[in-house]
Amino acid sequence: MSLQNSSGLGSPSQDPLDSANLSQERGTECPAASNNHAQQHPIGLYLKVWLLLFVLSSLSYSVDYLQLQGMLRWSLIILFMLLKAGLIISVFMHMFWERVALVYAILLPPLCLLALIALMAIEANYTFANRLAFFSF
Amino acid sequence: MTTRPTNLPPTETRLASLVADWSADGETFKQVPWGKAMMWIFLLSDTFVFSSFLVGYMTVRMSAVEAWPNTSEVFALTIGGQHIPLVLIAIMTFILITSSGTMAMAVNCAYQHKRKQAAVLMLATALLGVSFVGMQVFEWSKLIVEEGVRPWSNPVGAAQFGACFFMITGFHGLHVSAGVIYLMVVAAKLWRGHYDQPQRADPGNYQIVEVAGLYWHFVDLVWVFIFAFFYLW
Repeated sequence: MSLQNSSGLGSPSQDPLDSANLSQERGTECPAASNNHAQQHPIGLYLKVWLLLFVLSSLSYSVDYLQLQGMLRWSLIILFMLLKAGLIISVFMHMFWERVALVYAILLPPLCLLALIALMAIEANYTFANRLAFFSF
Repeated sequence: MTTRPTNLPPTETRLASLVADWSADGETFKQVPWGKAMMWIFLLSDTFVFSSFLVGYMTVRMSAVEAWPNTSEVFALTIGGQHIPLVLIAIMTFILITSSGTMAMAVNCAYQHKRKQAAVLMLATALLGVSFVGMQVFEWSKLIVEEGVRPWSNPVGAAQFGACFFMITGFHGLHVSAGVIYLMVVAAKLWRGHYDQPQRADPGNYQIVEVAGLYWHFVDLVWVFIFAFFYLW
């Protein structure tokens, strides 16, 4: 799949870093949207991603339908989830073509959730051990 | 999709632009319209809200002594004498993905300046959102009335199940409902030609469609995680 026709930045830029690299893009810009950061991509790309999302959703549903269990189930669920999330963020939400300063500002902060997940997993294990030790079921 | 578009700067320049943007002692998100930057920052905060719910769910599920209810069975339906596990949730997932697709088309049309087509596609997205919420209402009422699931107890397993279910899907449903209203307002304004009025600072700028689209795709994104962790796990 080629993204050659897509214009990440359609506007004439004042930034030397951009104007050096994007000068070949000027010809494709949409005149009506000249003073904004135009996100114009071929419609076929959206259709392909849409189809891919359908396939991935069917695959994750079939994980349950086929009653796969254990590590295989969990790893497949995570795999399909991450692929779907990546496609939605990068193509549908245009993160792939976004300015790097914005990409990092949005995608890096959620990583600190990993610390929360680790802490709460430790806490949950501790609670579980205590419940087993002190409450008889 | 493996090849990077040629119009993007090479990696080292991208890194340099990152450093330059953040150290410019000026506007950081250069060439990013403020509406889009603000929507992204809102979505980042919303990410933390939903993550807190999902991490809370993980904590109570890991510490539950009773067995967790089998979601595959809890959300199964019998259609035409056939017992299909999790089928309603699967249909809801497909509806939401379809709506994301129509939204992406709407954004594309808006950038091509096809005003009415974009408005119609946004309306279609909103209608799919309404059907999603409708199915959620069906799911909730079935669980509350027929299965007797309550936030504090339920007959199918660990008591914490109800609280997690109502909190997570309720908050997501609220987001979908808000998104439906948001999309319908923007679609109506687009249809009426509100964004082309000459007295506007930037007539003919349909950026708002992409900003609304960001919100809608985010709602779909959250559902991807809920579907994986709550329904499939």
